[in-house]
Amino acid sequence: MEQVVHLLSLAVETIFIKNILLAYFLGMCSFLAISKKVETSIGLGLAVVFVNGITVPVNWMITNYLLDKGALQWTGIAGMEQVDLGFLTFIVFIATIAAMVQLVEMILDKVSPTLYQSLGIFLPLIAVNCAILGSSLFMVEREYDLVEATVFGTSAGIGFFLAIVTLATMRYKLKYSDVPEGLRGLGIAMLLTGLISMAYMSFSGINL
Amino acid sequence: MAIKKAFDTFAGPLAKSNPITTQVLGICSALAVTVKMDTALVMSAALIFVLVGSNTIVSALRNLIPSRVRIIVMLTIIATLVICIDQILKAFLFDISKQLSIFVGLIITNCIVLGRAEAFALKNTIGESALDGLGNGIGYGLILLLVAAARELLGSGTMLGIQIVPRFLYVDQGGWYVNNGFMLLAPGAFIILGLLVWVQRTITGYTEE
Repeated sequence: MEQVVHLLSLAVETIFIKNILLAYFLGMCSFLAISKKVETSIGLGLAVVFVNGITVPVNWMITNYLLDKGALQWTGIAGMEQVDLGFLTFIVFIATIAAMVQLVEMILDKVSPTLYQSLGIFLPLIAVNCAILGSSLFMVEREYDLVEATVFGTSAGIGFFLAIVTLATMRYKLKYSDVPEGLRGLGIAMLLTGLISMAYMSFSGINL
Repeated sequence: MAIKKAFDTFAGPLAKSNPITTQVLGICSALAVTVKMDTALVMSAALIFVLVGSNTIVSALRNLIPSRVRIIVMLTIIATLVICIDQILKAFLFDISKQLSIFVGLIITNCIVLGRAEAFALKNTIGESALDGLGNGIGYGLILLLVAAARELLGSGTMLGIQIVPRFLYVDQGGWYVNNGFMLLAPGAFIILGLLVWVQRTITGYTEE
């Protein structure tokens, strides 16, 4: 029971209080580029939830069974407890993410062609989305265990989904407003994001 | 003529086609590391190193890279350079590298690096690509420093750690001034950058849509 409450509070914290986009600024590029239409932003958001929920636990396993100091002990080869491959973290993570995106793309194409069609072009884009790499790096820095890593990965994705859909709906309304010329596009999107971020900060009082 | 072209390659990204405010690339790190000026400075230096390095290497190899696998080749080159700079920062500037935490690693997915490699270095000579990298790196650094200066001055009353707002003005010293803590939080960063984009676009006359 305690474990469930702990995981639930981790999820709420990651989705609302420490939102990967609004508090840590990760994934801004695709956030600004894709949020012009509500449908496409839902597609990208779902793809991020999906890929993030898979890559964070996979990268957890890679860190703990391959890269960390002494992680290779399970091979039983003498001297392995001294081996520290930590410096390879970045390059291995980015390769895993690219490979996982490719794999998810193939599985989706086979299992659910309709979902594949709707996510279509967004899947490859995700390989260079900093929210995905950022969640994996946060997972290492905060020393989660495997279950926590899975919950963290999924809820970080959900946080991204909520933020991007919110901005897309606001930009939709914005079409009918008279924005000063220099502020159109990026400028007003940044100001709006600031306001959304302020609203999300009011969640910080929640304590489960 | 050649000198003028080289100068344009270098100076264009400083103001007119600035990577952050006009090309909308690399915004994540521009917001995250700008609470204080010293982290912003180190981050800009790291990005300039990676950008010049990756542009030069990609341009040198541009006739050898098959176009179908170019993304993964470029990512490998960039990741290698980022590992180098990360190890250097950990060895010589440990405190700042702790504050930058994951954002040095995130230079890999910083769209400026991949974007310039794809859009410029694959089609141009080594010298021009290096210049383009330097120009874009400095353009990025300029915006970073402006945002960081505004946030540090308004949020902590200091610049590069030196007290700028006189001590006797503060409330606890009998004055009336209070630091604006809002600037240190995430929304402050979004709003400062939004206003900066407005100013820059009004001056250069660039509009979207």
